[in-house]
Amino acid sequence: MSYRQGLYPLLKKENLAKNIYSFTILCPQIAEEAVCGQFVHVKAQGFSLRRPISLCGIDKQNGTIRIVFEIRGEGTKVIAGLREGELVDILGPLGNGFTLLSPDKKAIVVGGGIGVPPMLQTAAHYGENATAIIGFRSANAAILERDFKTLGCDTRLCTDDGTMGQKGFVTQALETRLNQPADIIYACGPGPMLKGVVALAKQHGIKCEVSLEERMGCGVGACLVCACKTVKDGQEYMKHVCKDGPVFDSGEVVFE
Amino acid sequence: MADLSVTIAGVPFKNPVIPASGTFGNGREYEKFYPLSKLGGISVKGMTLHGQPGNPPPRVAETPAGMLNSVGLQNPGVDHFIEEELPNLMTKDTVVIANVAGHTLEDCAEIARRLDSTPVHMLELNISCPNVKQGGAAFGTSCENAAAVTAAVRKATKKPLMVKLSPNVTSITDIAKAVEAAGADAVSLINTLLGMRIDIRTRRPILKNNVGGLSGPAVFPVALRMVWQVANAVSIPVVGMGGIASWQDAVEMMLAGASAVQVGAAIFSDPYAPVKIIDGLNQYLDEQGIEHISELTGGVRPW
Ligand SMILES: Cc1cc2nc3c(=O)[nH]c(=O)nc-3n(C[C@H](O)[C@H](O)[C@H](O)COP(=O)(O)OP(=O)(O)OC[C@H]3O[C@@H](n4cnc5c(N)ncnc54)[C@H](O)[C@@H]3O)c2cc1C
Ligand SMILES: Cc1cc2nc3c(=O)[nH]c(=O)nc-3n(C[C@H](O)[C@H](O)[C@H](O)COP(=O)(O)O)c2cc1C
Ligand code: FES
Repeated sequence: MSYRQGLYPLLKKENLAKNIYSFTILCPQIAEEAVCGQFVHVKAQGFSLRRPISLCGIDKQNGTIRIVFEIRGEGTKVIAGLREGELVDILGPLGNGFTLLSPDKKAIVVGGGIGVPPMLQTAAHYGENATAIIGFRSANAAILERDFKTLGCDTRLCTDDGTMGQKGFVTQALETRLNQPADIIYACGPGPMLKGVVALAKQHGIKCEVSLEERMGCGVGACLVCACKTVKDGQEYMKHVCKDGPVFDSGEVVFE
Repeated sequence: MADLSVTIAGVPFKNPVIPASGTFGNGREYEKFYPLSKLGGISVKGMTLHGQPGNPPPRVAETPAGMLNSVGLQNPGVDHFIEEELPNLMTKDTVVIANVAGHTLEDCAEIARRLDSTPVHMLELNISCPNVKQGGAAFGTSCENAAAVTAAVRKATKKPLMVKLSPNVTSITDIAKAVEAAGADAVSLINTLLGMRIDIRTRRPILKNNVGGLSGPAVFPVALRMVWQVANAVSIPVVGMGGIASWQDAVEMMLAGASAVQVGAAIFSDPYAPVKIIDGLNQYLDEQGIEHISELTGGVRPW
């Protein structure tokens, strides 16, 4: 494994929903090594810390990666201001990806809000054998539904306010889906959602992996700022989201 | 090609650029970008006698032109460093500096004693980390304590000893003079400045520790001033750091009196920062027709 840092051309920029952007970036070396669940550390010009953004798509053939991100503060606003043809300063690929079973296994990907993008490349591995449960606040924040459908996934969209798809949380849709067997669950989203997903996975005895967030410095495991509490055999350990994660086995994660 | 080599406390460095403690781990991560042999040296993550888990997250907050951290000296302990990290580091053809951070005077001396029988090149006694409740800053903020811990470590090891100073003091020159008198072979400065950020929506400090250490370009002018004052007050070498992000910053720091520089937070935004600074220094010296980099040290012409 090696890390790359460099300036890579922004090939395609799309506005998916209010304040949510999709970037397709040409960086063949990163695309070559990347696996789903990993992230890249993106520089926002004028800011001292990079912004971690998960890989939403990896196209090894065309040498591109895709990231989908929401403007949350000043840094992501600056990144979103980049135009097609301009260069993006990227460090990656970073962290560990999801454990992939053989593609004929039944997988469930669960994404909430801006936690939906990292699920796409993971769902791609399973195609029609994946159920994609994706949840948003409201119809105007819904993204990537068509992408999951194009992959052939059984796609179940939920909104908190019922303006699109089923009304309710992804955990309710997951509960329904778990009436049928599944081999693995992947999840990314806000803490309370992950907690609910992990509890359901445990209850059904299904392997589950989650992608966590923490504020980062170096992104490579050197500065130790991105600590998160994990537990193994009853012992608590400090692990680091950038290097030991961002993907963790659900059994390890401690929800505060 | 100009001569970039410097000697500090009897230790030869091939160039004066050293990643700062806590920002470079033990080098393993950055070896994936470039060979560590390019660097003058490496100041490794601070080590305590027994390991400690550090502070709860969030441990980092961005600030204008800088960052706050409250890692709290998370580390697996000196023995782990000696057994698991040092043997590998010693093969990298660069100067290895062990950053020592005890909670008590006795701890510091014991860490130094354990390192004394290893091949590590140099100790950097951190009397300035603001993130641990006992020890840490307490040593660094009074001349008596700073001198006492320096003397205790001096007695425990024959290794070249550099003492890292806290900027969170009334007079850094007095502390520098105190540790020089107590047997320090060099001083390094500055460690981070204590700072704070608050989330205006939740009214919570961003750092779980409430406060943390400020570093990055924001602190550079303060660091430069302190290095200049200290270099004028002591006769041992000064290693300057705090906000250095470019070769120009490194030149300024050396002109202020530093014999070498350390680079910290800049590495997070550009992992190649130390290497680019070395290349930039090389070019600058050639352009200026300067044969040896040490000619820069203290070369400022104050009014
Ligand atoms: C592994 C990982 C993957 C991520 N993937 C995505 C993704 O695919 N799409 C997406 O939209 N967002 C993603 N995020 C969240 C994204 O990093 C933050 O929204 C972003 O850093 C906010 O930056 P800002 O300048 O807009 O906000 P500001 O609040 O101005 O940022 C200030 C500082 O806090 C940090 N910060 C703030 N919020 C977060 C957060 N939630 N997580 C980590 N650091 C934060 C920033 O990086 C910056 O250092 C991911 C986070 C992590 C850790
Ligand atoms: C994340 C982080 C961790 C640090 N850990 C240590 C440490 O363990 N020991 C130490 O002496 N200094 C530590 N420092 C301080 C740096 O070595 C340096 O003195 C300071 O950051 C100023 O330099 P900079 O502005 O180039 O970062 C740490 C700094 C950061 C940002
Ligand atoms: S961000 Fe530096 S260790 Fe994770």
